[in-house]
Amino acid sequence: MATLKEVKTKIGAVKKTKQITRAMNMVAASRLRGAQTNMDGFRPYAEKFAEVLGGLSGRAGEEANPLLLPHEEVVKKHIILCTSDRGLCGGFNAHLISKADSFIKETGEDIEFSFTNFGKKGRDRCRKSQIPIISEHIGVIGTVIKFNIASTVGKGLIDGFLNGEYDEVYVVYSEFISMGRQVPTIKQLLPIPPLEIDEDETEDQDKQYLAEHICEPSPDELLGELLPMSVYVQLYSALLETSTSEHAARMMAMDNASTACDDMIDNLTLAYNKARQASITAELMDIVGGAEAIKG
Amino acid sequence: MAGNITLEVVTPEKVVVSEEVQIAVAPGSLGEFGVLVGHTTFLTTLKTGTIHYTGADGEQKYIFASGGFAEALPDKLTVLAESAERRRDVDTGRAQAAMERAQKRLEKEDEDIDFTRAKAALERAVHRIRLAETRQ
Repeated sequence: MATLKEVKTKIGAVKKTKQITRAMNMVAASRLRGAQTNMDGFRPYAEKFAEVLGGLSGRAGEEANPLLLPHEEVVKKHIILCTSDRGLCGGFNAHLISKADSFIKETGEDIEFSFTNFGKKGRDRCRKSQIPIISEHIGVIGTVIKFNIASTVGKGLIDGFLNGEYDEVYVVYSEFISMGRQVPTIKQLLPIPPLEIDEDETEDQDKQYLAEHICEPSPDELLGELLPMSVYVQLYSALLETSTSEHAARMMAMDNASTACDDMIDNLTLAYNKARQASITAELMDIVGGAEAIKG
Repeated sequence: MAGNITLEVVTPEKVVVSEEVQIAVAPGSLGEFGVLVGHTTFLTTLKTGTIHYTGADGEQKYIFASGGFAEALPDKLTVLAESAERRRDVDTGRAQAAMERAQKRLEKEDEDIDFTRAKAALERAVHRIRLAETRQ
Protein backbone atom coordinates (compact mmCIF):
# COMPACT_ATOMS: atom_id res chain seq x y z
CA MET A 1 0.00 0.00 0.00
CA ALA A 2 1.31 3.40 -0.99
CA THR A 3 1.79 5.82 1.85
CA LEU A 4 -0.56 8.74 2.32
CA LYS A 5 1.99 11.29 1.28
CA GLU A 6 2.94 9.49 -1.92
CA VAL A 7 -0.64 9.25 -3.05
CA LYS A 8 -1.25 12.87 -2.24
CA THR A 9 1.71 14.02 -4.31
CA LYS A 10 0.54 11.88 -7.18
CA ILE A 11 -2.95 13.38 -7.09
CA GLY A 12 -1.40 16.82 -7.15
CA ALA A 13 0.72 15.87 -10.15
CA VAL A 14 -2.19 14.47 -12.13
CA LYS A 15 -4.25 17.55 -11.34
CA LYS A 16 -1.54 19.74 -12.77
CA THR A 17 -1.27 17.59 -15.86
CA LYS A 18 -4.97 17.94 -16.29
CA GLN A 19 -4.70 21.70 -16.12
CA ILE A 20 -2.15 21.61 -18.90
CA THR A 21 -4.12 19.28 -21.13
CA ARG A 22 -7.24 21.33 -20.56
CA ALA A 23 -5.43 24.51 -21.49
CA MET A 24 -4.01 22.85 -24.62
CA ASN A 25 -7.45 21.67 -25.50
CA MET A 26 -8.80 25.17 -25.32
CA VAL A 27 -5.91 26.62 -27.28
CA ALA A 28 -6.43 24.00 -29.98
CA ALA A 29 -10.14 24.78 -30.03
CA SER A 30 -9.58 28.46 -30.64
CA ARG A 31 -6.92 27.77 -33.27
CA LEU A 32 -9.26 25.33 -34.90
CA ARG A 33 -11.82 28.05 -35.20
CA GLY A 34 -9.23 30.25 -36.86
CA ALA A 35 -8.22 27.49 -39.26
CA GLN A 36 -11.81 26.83 -40.16
CA THR A 37 -12.32 30.50 -40.91
CA ASN A 38 -9.35 30.30 -43.27
CA MET A 39 -10.85 27.30 -44.95
CA ASP A 40 -14.16 29.08 -45.31
CA GLY A 41 -12.36 32.07 -46.77
CA PHE A 42 -10.74 29.86 -49.36
CA ARG A 43 -13.91 28.09 -50.40
CA PRO A 44 -15.41 30.79 -52.65
CA TYR A 45 -12.13 30.99 -54.53
CA ALA A 46 -11.80 27.25 -54.90
CA GLU A 47 -15.35 26.84 -56.09
CA LYS A 48 -15.17 29.58 -58.66
CA PHE A 49 -11.82 28.30 -59.81
CA ALA A 50 -13.06 24.75 -60.28
CA GLU A 51 -16.05 26.06 -62.21
CA VAL A 52 -13.99 28.11 -64.61
CA LEU A 53 -11.35 25.43 -65.04
CA GLY A 54 -13.97 22.77 -65.68
CA GLY A 55 -15.67 24.91 -68.28
CA LEU A 56 -12.41 25.76 -69.99
CA SER A 57 -10.96 22.29 -70.15
CA GLY A 58 -14.08 21.21 -71.97
CA ARG A 59 -13.40 23.62 -74.79
CA ALA A 60 -9.64 23.58 -75.03
CA GLY A 61 -8.24 22.07 -78.15
CA GLU A 62 -6.80 18.62 -78.65
CA GLU A 63 -3.27 19.75 -78.12
CA ALA A 64 -2.73 18.92 -74.50
CA ASN A 65 -0.80 20.94 -72.00
CA PRO A 66 2.48 19.30 -70.88
CA LEU A 67 1.21 19.33 -67.32
CA LEU A 68 -1.52 16.92 -68.30
CA LEU A 69 0.74 14.46 -70.09
CA PRO A 70 2.06 11.52 -68.09
CA HIS A 71 5.76 10.79 -68.54
CA GLU A 72 6.41 7.69 -70.56
CA GLU A 73 8.70 6.13 -68.01
CA VAL A 74 7.93 6.65 -64.37
CA VAL A 75 11.02 6.16 -62.23
CA LYS A 76 11.08 9.21 -60.00
CA LYS A 77 8.20 10.00 -57.75
CA HIS A 78 7.98 12.95 -55.48
CA ILE A 79 5.88 13.08 -52.35
CA ILE A 80 4.80 16.19 -50.51
CA LEU A 81 4.25 15.09 -46.97
CA CYS A 82 2.17 17.39 -44.81
CA THR A 83 2.46 16.79 -41.09
CA SER A 84 2.41 19.00 -38.05
CA ASP A 85 5.39 20.60 -36.37
CA ARG A 86 4.42 19.57 -32.91
CA GLY A 87 3.32 16.38 -31.28
CA LEU A 88 0.66 15.78 -28.65
CA CYS A 89 -2.05 15.32 -31.20
CA GLY A 90 -2.74 11.63 -30.94
CA GLY A 91 -1.98 9.47 -33.95
CA PHE A 92 -2.25 12.37 -36.37
CA ASN A 93 1.33 12.39 -37.63
CA ALA A 94 1.81 8.66 -37.34
CA HIS A 95 -1.19 8.07 -39.59
CA LEU A 96 0.06 10.51 -42.20
CA ILE A 97 3.54 9.04 -42.21
CA SER A 98 2.30 5.49 -42.44
CA LYS A 99 0.11 6.53 -45.34
CA ALA A 100 3.21 7.74 -47.16
CA ASP A 101 5.14 4.62 -46.15
CA SER A 102 2.52 2.23 -47.40
CA PHE A 103 2.34 4.15 -50.66
CA ILE A 104 6.09 3.73 -51.09
CA LYS A 105 5.84 0.05 -50.31
CA GLU A 106 2.98 -0.51 -52.74
CA THR A 107 4.69 1.16 -55.65
CA GLY A 108 7.67 -1.16 -55.59
CA GLU A 109 11.38 -0.80 -55.21
CA ASP A 110 12.72 0.32 -58.55
CA ILE A 111 11.29 3.76 -58.06
CA GLU A 112 13.25 6.65 -56.65
CA PHE A 113 11.39 8.66 -54.11
CA SER A 114 12.05 12.14 -52.89
CA PHE A 115 10.22 14.34 -50.47
CA THR A 116 9.05 17.84 -49.85
CA ASN A 117 8.20 18.17 -46.20
CA PHE A 118 5.73 20.43 -44.55
CA GLY A 119 6.06 20.01 -40.82
CA LYS A 120 8.80 18.84 -38.53
CA LYS A 121 7.42 15.43 -37.71
CA GLY A 122 7.40 14.19 -41.27
CA ARG A 123 10.81 15.68 -41.93
CA ASP A 124 12.35 13.95 -38.93
CA ARG A 125 10.90 10.70 -40.16
CA CYS A 126 12.34 11.20 -43.66
CA ARG A 127 15.73 12.11 -42.27
CA LYS A 128 15.80 8.93 -40.29
CA SER A 129 14.96 6.72 -43.22
CA GLN A 130 17.37 8.69 -45.41
CA ILE A 131 15.05 9.45 -48.24
CA PRO A 132 16.26 12.58 -50.02
CA ILE A 133 14.40 15.69 -48.92
CA ILE A 134 14.22 18.27 -51.67
CA SER A 135 12.85 21.03 -49.51
CA GLU A 136 11.37 21.42 -46.07
CA HIS A 137 9.00 23.97 -44.68
CA ILE A 138 8.74 24.25 -40.94
CA GLY A 139 6.38 26.58 -39.17
CA VAL A 140 3.75 26.55 -41.88
CA ILE A 141 1.19 23.98 -40.85
CA GLY A 142 -0.88 25.09 -37.92
CA THR A 143 -0.42 28.78 -38.56
CA VAL A 144 -2.16 31.21 -40.84
CA ILE A 145 -1.00 29.96 -44.22
CA LYS A 146 -0.29 32.39 -47.00
CA PHE A 147 -1.11 31.46 -50.55
CA ASN A 148 2.33 32.44 -51.78
CA ILE A 149 3.84 29.49 -49.91
CA ALA A 150 1.69 27.16 -51.96
CA SER A 151 2.49 28.98 -55.18
CA THR A 152 6.24 29.07 -54.55
CA VAL A 153 6.42 25.39 -53.72
CA GLY A 154 4.00 24.56 -56.50
CA LYS A 155 6.11 26.45 -59.01
CA GLY A 156 9.17 24.47 -58.00
CA LEU A 157 7.28 21.23 -58.42
CA ILE A 158 5.99 22.16 -61.84
CA ASP A 159 9.46 23.15 -62.98
CA GLY A 160 10.81 19.88 -61.64
CA PHE A 161 8.10 17.96 -63.42
CA LEU A 162 8.75 19.68 -66.73
CA ASN A 163 12.54 19.24 -66.40
CA GLY A 164 12.10 15.57 -65.74
CA GLU A 165 13.33 15.71 -62.16
CA TYR A 166 10.11 14.04 -61.10
CA ASP A 167 7.80 11.90 -63.16
CA GLU A 168 4.93 12.03 -60.76
CA VAL A 169 4.10 14.21 -57.80
CA TYR A 170 1.81 13.26 -54.96
CA VAL A 171 0.64 15.05 -51.88
CA VAL A 172 -0.07 13.28 -48.60
CA TYR A 173 -2.32 15.32 -46.38
CA SER A 174 -5.01 14.96 -43.82
CA GLU A 175 -8.51 15.53 -45.06
CA PHE A 176 -10.68 17.34 -42.58
CA ILE A 177 -14.06 15.66 -42.52
CA SER A 178 -15.36 16.62 -39.13
CA MET A 179 -14.11 17.48 -35.66
CA GLY A 180 -13.80 13.82 -34.85
CA ARG A 181 -12.65 12.53 -38.20
CA GLN A 182 -9.55 13.37 -40.20
CA VAL A 183 -8.51 11.01 -42.90
CA PRO A 184 -4.96 10.72 -44.25
CA THR A 185 -5.28 11.02 -48.00
CA ILE A 186 -2.94 10.76 -50.93
CA LYS A 187 -3.62 12.68 -54.09
CA GLN A 188 -1.82 12.94 -57.39
CA LEU A 189 -0.81 16.49 -58.21
CA LEU A 190 1.26 16.01 -61.36
CA PRO A 191 0.63 15.10 -64.08
CA ILE A 192 -2.72 16.72 -63.45
CA PRO A 193 -5.27 13.92 -63.44
CA PRO A 194 -8.11 14.32 -65.93
CA LEU A 195 -10.89 16.41 -64.48
CA GLU A 196 -13.77 14.45 -63.12
CA ILE A 197 -16.94 15.36 -64.85
CA ASP A 198 -19.77 15.86 -62.43
CA GLU A 199 -23.15 14.87 -63.69
CA ASP A 200 -24.85 17.48 -61.56
CA GLU A 201 -27.39 19.55 -63.36
CA THR A 202 -26.03 22.77 -61.97
CA GLU A 203 -22.62 21.89 -63.33
CA ASP A 204 -24.04 21.33 -66.76
CA GLN A 205 -25.64 24.71 -66.71
CA ASP A 206 -22.36 26.30 -65.75
CA LYS A 207 -20.67 24.62 -68.64
CA GLN A 208 -23.28 25.76 -71.04
CA TYR A 209 -22.82 29.38 -70.26
CA LEU A 210 -19.09 29.01 -70.13
CA ALA A 211 -19.18 27.63 -73.62
CA GLU A 212 -20.32 31.01 -74.83
CA HIS A 213 -17.57 32.96 -73.14
CA ILE A 214 -15.30 35.15 -75.14
CA CYS A 215 -11.83 34.22 -74.05
CA GLU A 216 -8.88 36.48 -74.06
CA PRO A 217 -6.27 35.18 -74.88
CA SER A 218 -7.42 31.93 -76.51
CA PRO A 219 -8.94 29.12 -74.40
CA ASP A 220 -5.76 27.08 -74.80
CA GLU A 221 -3.58 29.87 -73.51
CA LEU A 222 -5.95 30.58 -70.68
CA LEU A 223 -5.83 26.94 -69.75
CA GLY A 224 -2.06 27.12 -69.83
CA GLU A 225 -2.24 29.87 -67.23
CA LEU A 226 -4.85 28.18 -65.12
CA LEU A 227 -3.38 24.70 -64.91
CA PRO A 228 -0.31 25.65 -62.87
CA MET A 229 -2.60 27.70 -60.70
CA SER A 230 -4.80 24.69 -60.15
CA VAL A 231 -1.76 22.88 -58.74
CA TYR A 232 -1.22 25.74 -56.30
CA VAL A 233 -4.86 25.70 -55.37
CA GLN A 234 -4.75 21.97 -54.68
CA LEU A 235 -1.61 22.31 -52.64
CA TYR A 236 -2.99 25.23 -50.70
CA SER A 237 -6.16 23.40 -49.88
CA ALA A 238 -4.10 20.39 -48.75
CA LEU A 239 -2.15 22.65 -46.42
CA LEU A 240 -5.28 24.25 -45.05
CA GLU A 241 -6.93 20.91 -44.48
CA THR A 242 -3.89 19.46 -42.74
CA SER A 243 -3.65 22.51 -40.57
CA THR A 244 -7.28 22.34 -39.57
CA SER A 245 -7.01 18.61 -38.99
CA GLU A 246 -4.01 19.07 -36.76
CA HIS A 247 -5.90 21.36 -34.44
CA ALA A 248 -8.93 19.11 -34.43
CA ALA A 249 -6.74 16.08 -33.70
CA ARG A 250 -4.96 17.88 -30.92
CA MET A 251 -8.23 19.00 -29.45
CA MET A 252 -9.53 15.46 -29.40
CA ALA A 253 -6.28 14.08 -27.99
CA MET A 254 -6.23 16.66 -25.24
CA ASP A 255 -9.87 16.09 -24.48
CA ASN A 256 -9.15 12.38 -24.07
CA ALA A 257 -6.16 13.15 -21.93
CA SER A 258 -8.24 15.37 -19.64
CA THR A 259 -10.82 12.61 -19.27
CA ALA A 260 -8.08 10.12 -18.51
CA CYS A 261 -6.76 12.51 -15.86
CA ASP A 262 -10.19 12.66 -14.28
CA ASP A 263 -10.33 8.86 -14.10
CA MET A 264 -6.89 8.73 -12.62
CA ILE A 265 -7.72 11.35 -10.02
CA ASP A 266 -10.81 9.36 -9.02
CA ASN A 267 -8.80 6.17 -8.60
CA LEU A 268 -6.06 7.90 -6.70
CA THR A 269 -8.53 9.65 -4.39
CA LEU A 270 -10.03 6.26 -3.64
CA ALA A 271 -6.60 4.88 -2.86
CA TYR A 272 -5.85 7.93 -0.74
CA ASN A 273 -9.02 7.53 1.30
CA LYS A 274 -8.35 3.82 1.76
CA ALA A 275 -4.86 4.56 2.96
CA ARG A 276 -6.17 7.22 5.31
CA GLN A 277 -8.76 4.82 6.72
CA ALA A 278 -6.15 2.15 7.15
CA SER A 279 -3.86 4.47 9.06
CA ILE A 280 -6.69 5.62 11.34
CA THR A 281 -7.64 2.04 12.01
CA ALA A 282 -4.04 1.19 12.75
CA GLU A 283 -3.77 4.12 15.16
CA LEU A 284 -6.99 3.13 16.92
CA MET A 285 -5.73 -0.42 17.27
CA ASP A 286 -2.58 0.95 18.82
CA ILE A 287 -4.48 3.07 21.35
CA VAL A 288 -6.90 0.29 22.22
CA GLY A 289 -3.98 -2.13 22.54
CA GLY A 290 -2.13 0.30 24.80
CA ALA A 291 -5.16 0.87 27.00
CA GLU A 292 -5.70 -2.88 27.38
CA ALA A 293 -2.08 -3.31 28.38
CA ILE A 294 -2.33 -0.64 31.10
CA LYS A 295 -5.57 -2.16 32.43
CA GLY A 296 -4.15 -5.64 32.42
CA MET B 1 -27.59 54.63 -64.74
CA ALA B 2 -28.98 51.53 -66.28
CA GLY B 3 -28.25 49.51 -63.19
CA ASN B 4 -25.49 48.08 -61.11
CA ILE B 5 -23.35 45.00 -61.41
CA THR B 6 -21.89 42.96 -58.62
CA LEU B 7 -18.15 43.13 -58.30
CA GLU B 8 -16.46 40.33 -56.48
CA VAL B 9 -12.74 40.21 -55.85
CA VAL B 10 -11.68 36.94 -54.31
CA THR B 11 -8.24 35.74 -53.21
CA PRO B 12 -7.43 32.33 -51.77
CA GLU B 13 -7.31 33.93 -48.36
CA LYS B 14 -10.51 35.92 -48.34
CA VAL B 15 -13.18 37.78 -50.23
CA VAL B 16 -11.72 41.23 -50.65
CA VAL B 17 -14.68 43.01 -52.16
CA SER B 18 -18.24 42.01 -52.80
CA GLU B 19 -20.47 44.93 -53.60
CA GLU B 20 -22.75 46.64 -56.07
CA VAL B 21 -20.92 48.91 -58.45
CA GLN B 22 -21.84 51.09 -61.42
CA ILE B 23 -18.75 50.31 -63.44
CA ALA B 24 -15.60 48.31 -62.88
CA VAL B 25 -12.40 48.59 -64.89
CA ALA B 26 -9.80 45.85 -64.75
CA PRO B 27 -6.38 45.36 -66.38
CA GLY B 28 -6.81 42.40 -68.72
CA SER B 29 -3.69 40.77 -70.13
CA LEU B 30 -4.58 42.06 -73.60
CA GLY B 31 -5.64 45.47 -72.38
CA GLU B 32 -7.76 47.23 -69.84
CA PHE B 33 -11.47 46.59 -70.03
CA GLY B 34 -14.49 48.14 -68.37
CA VAL B 35 -17.58 46.25 -67.36
CA LEU B 36 -21.04 47.78 -67.21
CA VAL B 37 -24.29 46.01 -66.71
CA GLY B 38 -25.15 43.81 -69.69
CA HIS B 39 -21.55 43.00 -70.56
CA THR B 40 -21.10 39.95 -72.72
CA THR B 41 -19.74 36.84 -71.02
CA PHE B 42 -16.03 37.16 -71.04
CA LEU B 43 -13.05 35.44 -69.50
CA THR B 44 -9.53 36.81 -69.37
CA THR B 45 -6.31 36.65 -67.44
CA LEU B 46 -5.21 39.75 -65.58
CA LYS B 47 -2.00 41.71 -65.47
CA THR B 48 -0.65 43.00 -62.21
CA GLY B 49 -2.32 46.34 -61.71
CA THR B 50 -5.23 48.25 -60.38
CA ILE B 51 -8.91 47.52 -60.65
CA HIS B 52 -10.94 50.63 -60.21
CA TYR B 53 -14.63 50.91 -59.87
CA THR B 54 -17.38 53.37 -59.11
CA GLY B 55 -19.48 52.23 -56.20
CA ALA B 56 -23.24 52.42 -56.10
CA ASP B 57 -22.87 55.70 -54.23
CA GLY B 58 -20.73 57.17 -56.99
CA GLU B 59 -17.45 56.95 -55.11
CA GLN B 60 -14.28 55.94 -56.94
CA LYS B 61 -12.44 53.07 -55.35
CA TYR B 62 -9.26 51.21 -56.15
CA ILE B 63 -8.02 47.70 -55.59
CA PHE B 64 -4.58 46.31 -56.22
CA ALA B 65 -4.65 42.86 -57.83
CA SER B 66 -2.02 40.52 -59.18
CA GLY B 67 -1.88 37.11 -60.74
CA GLY B 68 -5.32 35.99 -61.62
CA PHE B 69 -8.18 36.11 -64.02
CA ALA B 70 -11.58 37.71 -64.32
CA GLU B 71 -14.92 36.48 -65.49
CA ALA B 72 -17.52 38.94 -66.64
CA LEU B 73 -21.20 38.07 -66.78
CA PRO B 74 -24.04 40.41 -67.72
CA ASP B 75 -24.67 41.24 -64.07
CA LYS B 76 -21.43 40.33 -62.39
CA LEU B 77 -17.67 40.64 -62.55
CA THR B 78 -15.70 38.07 -60.63
CA VAL B 79 -11.98 38.54 -60.16
CA LEU B 80 -9.92 35.64 -58.88
CA ALA B 81 -6.56 37.03 -57.91
CA GLU B 82 -3.57 35.51 -56.20
CA SER B 83 -3.28 38.61 -54.09
CA ALA B 84 -5.49 41.65 -53.87
CA GLU B 85 -6.07 44.47 -51.47
CA ARG B 86 -8.00 47.69 -51.28
CA ARG B 87 -6.01 50.85 -51.76
CA ARG B 88 -6.26 51.81 -48.11
CA ASP B 89 -4.91 48.40 -47.06
CA VAL B 90 -1.78 48.53 -49.19
CA ASP B 91 1.26 48.28 -46.96
CA THR B 92 3.70 50.81 -48.40
CA GLY B 93 6.57 49.82 -46.15
CA ARG B 94 6.34 46.22 -47.21
CA ALA B 95 6.05 47.13 -50.86
CA GLN B 96 9.08 49.40 -50.58
CA ALA B 97 11.11 46.64 -49.00
CA ALA B 98 9.94 44.18 -51.67
CA MET B 99 10.95 46.63 -54.38
CA GLU B 100 14.44 47.07 -53.01
CA ARG B 101 14.83 43.34 -52.60
CA ALA B 102 13.74 42.69 -56.15
CA GLN B 103 16.00 45.42 -57.54
CA LYS B 104 18.97 44.03 -55.71
CA ARG B 105 18.28 40.62 -57.07
CA LEU B 106 17.96 41.94 -60.59
CA GLU B 107 21.24 43.80 -60.36
CA LYS B 108 23.19 40.66 -59.68
CA GLU B 109 22.95 39.53 -63.26
CA ASP B 110 25.79 37.08 -63.20
CA GLU B 111 24.21 34.89 -60.60
CA ASP B 112 21.70 32.25 -61.35
CA ILE B 113 18.49 33.93 -60.31
CA ASP B 114 14.90 33.46 -61.17
CA PHE B 115 14.70 36.46 -63.43
CA THR B 116 10.99 36.30 -64.18
CA ARG B 117 10.13 35.92 -60.54
CA ALA B 118 12.20 38.86 -59.42
CA LYS B 119 10.74 40.94 -62.20
CA ALA B 120 7.21 39.99 -61.25
CA ALA B 121 7.94 40.86 -57.64
CA LEU B 122 9.29 44.22 -58.71
CA GLU B 123 6.25 44.86 -60.83
CA ARG B 124 3.91 44.06 -57.98
CA ALA B 125 5.82 46.33 -55.61
CA VAL B 126 5.88 49.21 -58.06
CA HIS B 127 2.16 48.94 -58.71
CA ARG B 128 1.42 48.82 -55.01
CA ILE B 129 3.53 51.87 -54.30
CA ARG B 130 2.07 53.81 -57.19
CA LEU B 131 -1.43 53.00 -56.04
CA ALA B 132 -0.65 53.92 -52.45
CA GLU B 133 0.69 57.27 -53.59
CA THR B 134 -2.70 58.26 -54.94
CA ARG B 135 -4.16 58.00 -51.46
CA GLN B 136 -5.30 61.24 -49.95
